[in-house]
Amino acid sequence: MSILEVNNVNKNFGGLKALNNVNLQVEAGTVHAIIGPNGAGKSTLLNCFVGRLEPDTGSVTFDGESLLGIKPFQINQLGVSRVFQTPEIFGALTLIENVMIPAFAKRDGAFHMEPWRSVGSEAGLHEQAMEMLSDVGLDAKADELAGQLSRGDKRRLELAMCLVQDPKLLLLDEPTAGMSRGDTNNTIDLMKRIAQRGVTMVVIEHDMHVVFSLAEKISVLAQGTVIVEDVPEKIKGDPRVQDAYLGGAHL
Amino acid sequence: MLGLNRKDSGLFLLVICLTALAPFLLNPFPEGSELAQFNAGYPDLMQRFMIFGIFAIGFNILFGLTGYLSFGHAAFLGVGSYAGVWMMKLLTVNVVPAIIMSVIVAGLFSLVVGFISLRRSGIYFSILTLAFAQMSFALAYSVLTPITNGETGLQLSLNDPRILGISQTVDGSIPAANFFGIEMRDSLELAMGGWLFTFNAGYYLAAIVMLISFYIAIRIFRSPFGMMLRAVKSNQQRMSYTGLNTRPYALTAFVISGMYAGLAGGLMVAMDPLAGAERMYWTASGEVVLMTILGGAGTLLGPIIGASAIKYFENIFSKINDTVLHGWFSFMPDGLQDFVVAIIHPFIGKGWHLTLGLMFMLVVIFLPGGLMEGINRLRIWFGKRINGRQQAPDHAPATSS
Ligand SMILES: Nc1ncnc2c1ncn2[C@@H]1O[C@H](COP(=O)(O)OP(=O)(O)O)[C@@H](O)[C@H]1O
Ligand SMILES: [Mg+2]
Repeated sequence: MSILEVNNVNKNFGGLKALNNVNLQVEAGTVHAIIGPNGAGKSTLLNCFVGRLEPDTGSVTFDGESLLGIKPFQINQLGVSRVFQTPEIFGALTLIENVMIPAFAKRDGAFHMEPWRSVGSEAGLHEQAMEMLSDVGLDAKADELAGQLSRGDKRRLELAMCLVQDPKLLLLDEPTAGMSRGDTNNTIDLMKRIAQRGVTMVVIEHDMHVVFSLAEKISVLAQGTVIVEDVPEKIKGDPRVQDAYLGGAHL
Repeated sequence: MLGLNRKDSGLFLLVICLTALAPFLLNPFPEGSELAQFNAGYPDLMQRFMIFGIFAIGFNILFGLTGYLSFGHAAFLGVGSYAGVWMMKLLTVNVVPAIIMSVIVAGLFSLVVGFISLRRSGIYFSILTLAFAQMSFALAYSVLTPITNGETGLQLSLNDPRILGISQTVDGSIPAANFFGIEMRDSLELAMGGWLFTFNAGYYLAAIVMLISFYIAIRIFRSPFGMMLRAVKSNQQRMSYTGLNTRPYALTAFVISGMYAGLAGGLMVAMDPLAGAERMYWTASGEVVLMTILGGAGTLLGPIIGASAIKYFENIFSKINDTVLHGWFSFMPDGLQDFVVAIIHPFIGKGWHLTLGLMFMLVVIFLPGGLMEGINRLRIWFGKRINGRQQAPDHAPATSS
């Protein structure tokens, strides 16, 4: 059963056709990778899933509900979390606060006001956030300000912020970009563990090592069009994919 | 204590002690001495410390936590003042209904202004709030004169109905504002040696209201709701992709701060039953911004310190004139005396704004976190010196206390 259905999505920026009749079916409980050269429209496609952009035409359905015409916070409340290409975190807050906020959002909803309750009395939620931080290896920095983290650490923090919500669908835009080899491997391990929990994931990734060690299905996007969609073994040898990447040796 | 953690309880107790003992602490100089003019322990000024403290505490919940810089909060204080005087005209000179109505009316007005202004952020938000406040100011002088009494200002009169009280006293004067019989202007004077201390009923009412406001602010700061407000300031994008609706959070903070402003306005008329439109002028809105930044935006204590500092300057520095200066420097030869007085002259009397401006600039440049940052740096510095001295001789292991 597919949990995310994308049908004939088009998006123009002025004269530029960023997405051209894109179709995509993501099976529940699988890892689906989207690859393609820079500027192919990968991030634009994810933007159409989370309410950052509205497609010109087409439909995006998650779990039977349309994701078009509703606000980003409503999409998240349906169970869709996203890690951005440039980390989006609460820089002026501590790491533990960064992770507790999404946990509150999941538990208490989009707006909740109980000004007489204290954060200090939320032991269960604090513990949950702490576990998440140690999952991504940032527990030692729990009380530091998130804005001071390295780019790779910010990314892992953002991942923890998404994971603490236990999302049904996790969207990752180049989660390992800017990470050292060691951190990349840790992140792959983490993503494998997440996948084993049954979380559906859509991953945009340039690192083919990451793609082939995670994905069950791969869609190749070039100039706004899905040119191939298949299992990793088939993608590796496909000449159209080599073409799209120009320098073929990449694969 | 009262659901606060140890650190916050300590802070709250400290503020309780300082406000309770303020009539002593603010009058350190004996009556009639040269320095007596620096005494701030007289009722009128102490009431201002409390009232503007409340105004700034509330403003800080909006500006300090969410980062939305309103340039129109004086409008809520002004509207609260008018509502308060009307209660004292129509109902009773007991200040309780007046204060409650001030908060309600200011809250409703800030709901409307906030709802519209929060459609924009950054400078556009600030301009919208400024526009609303200036509009209220202009309306109070023109169309709304039946409600505001225009330039004269709204005040009590002998013909007011006061259906729950009396229109005039037996001797034919306007009844005095009171709290269930205790008149706001009632004072108890205590002479000790050369010192004179004044304990004023109005001050203590304002102090209790300020302490309650401060307590509520601490609770808000420490709640998940307060954390969300700080998230609004830090990254609204991330908030919405995290499933949080940012607008109602900002609006709630706006209304809470509007209600604090109304409370301050209500207390003002409780102390002196008079409301004028100049309270809504943009300089009054700017003043609360200065108070909050000077003391330390986003800190608990900062706004109270900032409000007190500015009110102290306004009232004390503006009173010093050249005659006073000549008195101070009379030990100098005449020529030098005139020279020194001429140099200091621009900074005192009417020039107190210059002193305040310079102080503000120095603080913003060297202590971006406001006076609170200065206080914290001093505490750390002293803490290090004290710890260093204690540990050096005996190398005793630290014991948990
Ligand atoms: N908001 C926007 N406005 C105009 N052009 C955009 C916008 N977002 C993306 N584009 C353009 O659309 C194309 C696809 O971009 P993007 O989706 O970011 O590619 P990538 O596959 O590298 O993530 C690029 O040519 C980019 O310049
Ligand atoms: Mg991209």
